[in-house]
Amino acid sequence: MARPAQKAPPTRPPGQRGARTRSIADVTGRTPWPLAAPAAVAVAFLLLPLVGLLLRAPWRGLPRILVESGALDALRLSLVTASAATVISVFFGVPLAWVLARARFPGRSLLRALVTLPLVLPPVVGGVALLFALGRRGFIGQHLDQWFGITLPFTTAGVIVAETFVAMPFLIVTVEGALRSADLGLDEAAATLGARPFTTFRRVTLPLIGPSLIAGAVLCWARALGEFGATITFAGNLPGVTQTMPLAVYQALERDPDAAVALSLVLLVVSIAVLALLRERWLHPGTSL
Amino acid sequence: MRRLPLALTAVGVVLMALVGCGVLPNGDPGGAAPAPSASPGLSGEIMVFAAASLTGTFTTLGETFEAANPGASITFSFGPSSGLATQITEGAPADVFASASQKNMDAVVDAGGADEPTVFAQNAMEIAVPADNPAHITALTDLARPAVKVALCQPDVPCGAVAASVFANAGITVSPITLEADAKATLTKVRLGEVDAGVVYVTDVLAAGDDVVGVAIPADVNAGTRYPIATLSASRSPELARSFVAYVMSAEGTSVLSAAGFLAP
Repeated sequence: MARPAQKAPPTRPPGQRGARTRSIADVTGRTPWPLAAPAAVAVAFLLLPLVGLLLRAPWRGLPRILVESGALDALRLSLVTASAATVISVFFGVPLAWVLARARFPGRSLLRALVTLPLVLPPVVGGVALLFALGRRGFIGQHLDQWFGITLPFTTAGVIVAETFVAMPFLIVTVEGALRSADLGLDEAAATLGARPFTTFRRVTLPLIGPSLIAGAVLCWARALGEFGATITFAGNLPGVTQTMPLAVYQALERDPDAAVALSLVLLVVSIAVLALLRERWLHPGTSL
Repeated sequence: MRRLPLALTAVGVVLMALVGCGVLPNGDPGGAAPAPSASPGLSGEIMVFAAASLTGTFTTLGETFEAANPGASITFSFGPSSGLATQITEGAPADVFASASQKNMDAVVDAGGADEPTVFAQNAMEIAVPADNPAHITALTDLARPAVKVALCQPDVPCGAVAASVFANAGITVSPITLEADAKATLTKVRLGEVDAGVVYVTDVLAAGDDVVGVAIPADVNAGTRYPIATLSASRSPELARSFVAYVMSAEGTSVLSAAGFLAP
């Protein structure tokens, strides 16, 4: 079974082998201050808002607030929809990433730019665009409505559609990058030994890019979990049906800032827990595969 | 590992994307300070926080006020009154607050943010339906039909609270399919034809033009909201702020407001 770890790529720095790693700073002595100072500012900038959240948190009333504000419904909905969006993104996004990285056809760069557009598009604009396409009056949605009686807006399925639209490009970009930097020689070797293209993809390429696929899926899931703009625009806001955690936080802010802080904390804890768990399991060198 | 830097790059992309999602008050006072005018008009810059339902009228009033006082510059932040009230009590740099409900103004006054608010307008509710009225809504009771898709404002913002009291007055139960953040968002869902009806302010229906049609709510069950306005204690240009409030309450201001469908206080 071909594994990248057994190839010992020449780019690996000396002294870094297996699970035993040393940072650059260890090797060269210390971090130079022109890097250390801005890095410290960046850390402070990214963490201070979270400190503000923790300082304002209504710790004593937390359980009561969470029960009263319907946070559990919103949390369940968020976890279900973000996970569904991730599964859909992997199913359709990995093949697209392969096409973008490996297939040769005119207009490939243009296609790549178009399908990753949601990365830079304001999510609210994405939501409006989804309405124009899949809404009750949209050019596809009106037929869904007339022929099948399906209307996506204001349904849980609509939430998943909005989250997938915004989050899938994160997976595509990550997996495509991995495919482009992966060693083509192994694929060629498999083909030489008689493997059919799809077998090569399944048995050689996929295991090769496994860690990146997981990283992309985690990013995709995190983005879907935090999705706000496209969801509230396309799927609306109704507790238990389309009100995910970010929407619940926004609504709570109108009425009771304490409840908004409490909901935010739950989202923060869940995100950290899941990211840490996946990182521990999949992304650490030596523990993956 | 070779994969790790890639994952880090992707994390960077995520963070950049998230920064782009911030909800900021719109408008920027602009770079250059206004040139001192030769006329004895007022000068300075103020930020006016106003309910979303005042977007059209206050934008017009701001323009005419600036035209009359070339040294003055007014920036608006429109949004749900409850959210604006929270921003003000949390220290947002606002000079004037015009709220769509007494409750949100009271929250600011209680926090020491404003004195002596004055009611300058009233607004009633109306049913908005798409121009082709797909669900054939002709009366308030039609909203209680199960197949009718209704958008309402969420109960914490004034237009949601007032709609709830209209339904209570009429003795009907309406099951909305979405609870929108403010009156404009509710109206947008009607405009796009995604819902069969929405309950918003009379002024919103008027402002939407031909895209939506209004279905009147009988006066005996209709409810409304009163709009108080106040100069904020934290204002750094209190004189200019007071002049703008006086202008809103003047005959000229009242005529702009009544043309948009607002009722006199």
